[in-house]
Amino acid sequence: MGDYRKLWESLQMDLEKHDALCAVLPELYGSVYLSQKDRAEAMNYFNFVISEVHGLRIEELNNHRQKGGKVVGTFCVYVPDEILNALGVIGVGLCGGSQFWIEDGEKVLPRNLCPLIKAFVGAKISATCPYFQSCDLLVGETTCDGKKKAYEILAEYAPTYVMELPQMKREKDIKDWEAEIKRFINEIENLTGNKLTYENLKNSIKLINKKRRALKRLYELRKNTPSPISGLDALLVSQIAFYDDIERFTENVEKLCDELEKKISILKANRKKRLMVTGTPMAIPNWKLHHIIENLDAQIVVEETCTGTRYFENEVSEDGETIDDLIRNIAERYMKINCACFTPNEGRVEDIIRLAEEYKVDGVVYYNLSFCQPYSVEYKRVEKALKDKNIPLILIETDYSTEDVGQIKTRIEAFLEMI
Amino acid sequence: MFYIGIDIGSTATKVSVLNEDNIIKNIALPTGWNSKETAKSVEEILKKEGFFEEAKIVATGYGRVSVPYAHKTVTEISCHARGVYHLTKKDFTVIDIGGQDTKVIELKNGQVASFLMNDKCAAGTGRFLELMANILGLTLEEMTDLARKGESVQISSMCTVFAESEVISLIGNGEKRENICSGVIDSVINRVYSMVQKTSSSGDFFLTGGLCENDYIVERLSKKLGKNVKTDKLARFAGSIGAALFAKNI
Repeated sequence: MGDYRKLWESLQMDLEKHDALCAVLPELYGSVYLSQKDRAEAMNYFNFVISEVHGLRIEELNNHRQKGGKVVGTFCVYVPDEILNALGVIGVGLCGGSQFWIEDGEKVLPRNLCPLIKAFVGAKISATCPYFQSCDLLVGETTCDGKKKAYEILAEYAPTYVMELPQMKREKDIKDWEAEIKRFINEIENLTGNKLTYENLKNSIKLINKKRRALKRLYELRKNTPSPISGLDALLVSQIAFYDDIERFTENVEKLCDELEKKISILKANRKKRLMVTGTPMAIPNWKLHHIIENLDAQIVVEETCTGTRYFENEVSEDGETIDDLIRNIAERYMKINCACFTPNEGRVEDIIRLAEEYKVDGVVYYNLSFCQPYSVEYKRVEKALKDKNIPLILIETDYSTEDVGQIKTRIEAFLEMI
Repeated sequence: MFYIGIDIGSTATKVSVLNEDNIIKNIALPTGWNSKETAKSVEEILKKEGFFEEAKIVATGYGRVSVPYAHKTVTEISCHARGVYHLTKKDFTVIDIGGQDTKVIELKNGQVASFLMNDKCAAGTGRFLELMANILGLTLEEMTDLARKGESVQISSMCTVFAESEVISLIGNGEKRENICSGVIDSVINRVYSMVQKTSSSGDFFLTGGLCENDYIVERLSKKLGKNVKTDKLARFAGSIGAALFAKNI
């Protein structure tokens, strides 16, 4: 990584603490990622993005802002990127995936709260995440009680706007969400001074659909037995989707897919069990579960999570005569995401069963971040549905710390011996 | 040819030696602070007894990765299941109260059908009992002997750390030691009971792990589960016997 200290300083970062954070990542990345065998050449792009995670990309954000552009931070796949992009905003996903930020998060939040929330609040208040520091506005959403209330605290540190996400999926709720998106447009127009038009919105929808299509293509390739890409690498690509330049990212995912397509014909069969991970999201650098599983005789072939299928499934329809038509299309597409914050949420159970068949999985790992209530309560319904279909399932509840790695390994290993 | 299973648990290490037909030797020793050292001691014992040269060895337990001479490792969950089925020829629900983990394993046709294991929390494990005995200045056996004479006081905390302060405040309040002992045992039994409730098990129960030799624990567990909990004089070795059986498949 180049020398970015001046840039970081200009972002009012705590440089000393940030050095400590930067010191752990290369070693972690090396042992988790670079030690993998037979990786695709095209993964080098993503290696590079990670090596410059707090460098080059931050410089790009900075250049954008120097030219009068805005940067907006988000925490959920429900916040419509189409709007941000159409209004010339660079959107960046800010969910925290590192134990490093937990301690600072716990200064202002209760300990028995989901680590993702503690980490992103910790990242902001410790001033050690340059993405947070580059944001002109933070956009939250009412997906769970923990996040909802954490935004009130975050608002003391940075301008914060919260979208109200309906918690049911009736026609009325889709209309509400449409209205909420319109309010959001208004907010972003005021922030940027730009105006949403039919043209810029339509182009933005097309661009982001292309990105989703690229990710879908990558996931389609994982249906092959054996999958030509490790779950770890696929997870990394999904994680990077949240903050990388959209066009460059899409191009590099397509390149990766081209290579993997060729690789499929020369892949030798192996005895690895094929697993699905379902549940709570995994923000960078949370590679804990994938790392444990793929060091055993198993391969993760699909993630039914927000850092997986929920991010790219369903496109926004490009048909529509007016700007209102397009906004309605956006509302409809987003309301198809099956998050556990909705009630009922049968769609998610159906998704899991469908994906289990499509990806020919031998078993499902239900990944629950500690204290994430919506997902931990929903477990029971998923368990019942999968039992009826004879699909083996194991629940792993954990946080970002490493103290339970041994026990998780034993449980996964026993699960693999069982199925 | 000998088939050897080595089960390195967090507290005790168990070794079972099988020939083609029978279990011919079971050895138990404390794990100590270093499982690599323990594996070495086991190697020496096996050599001295003449089992080592022609043997297939499977290691299990949390220290399974520390046995360099093992031909294979299998998790303790599969090994306990296999060991119990070998001892009983019946599809029991196996309850293993180990040093650092408690597991409930359901068998179907002698295979693991499903299992539950506590997460990083030590509530309901052997370690919890050891810690509490320590605070009370007793050995584990003394604690269960006293508990028999006591009337259980409620220890409401599931967390080992908080339960410790709860026990200390009970001591401070002058509560009878036998009543506290009884409460400590109850809290472990309750924890195991709630794990069992999470499974669909309706079958018969079989207790393995270090506590199976303790009549009082078996008695209290049976009462709570409303079923006669079975065990066996070799139940402690269920994991190592299972591992030795896996060695036969190598």
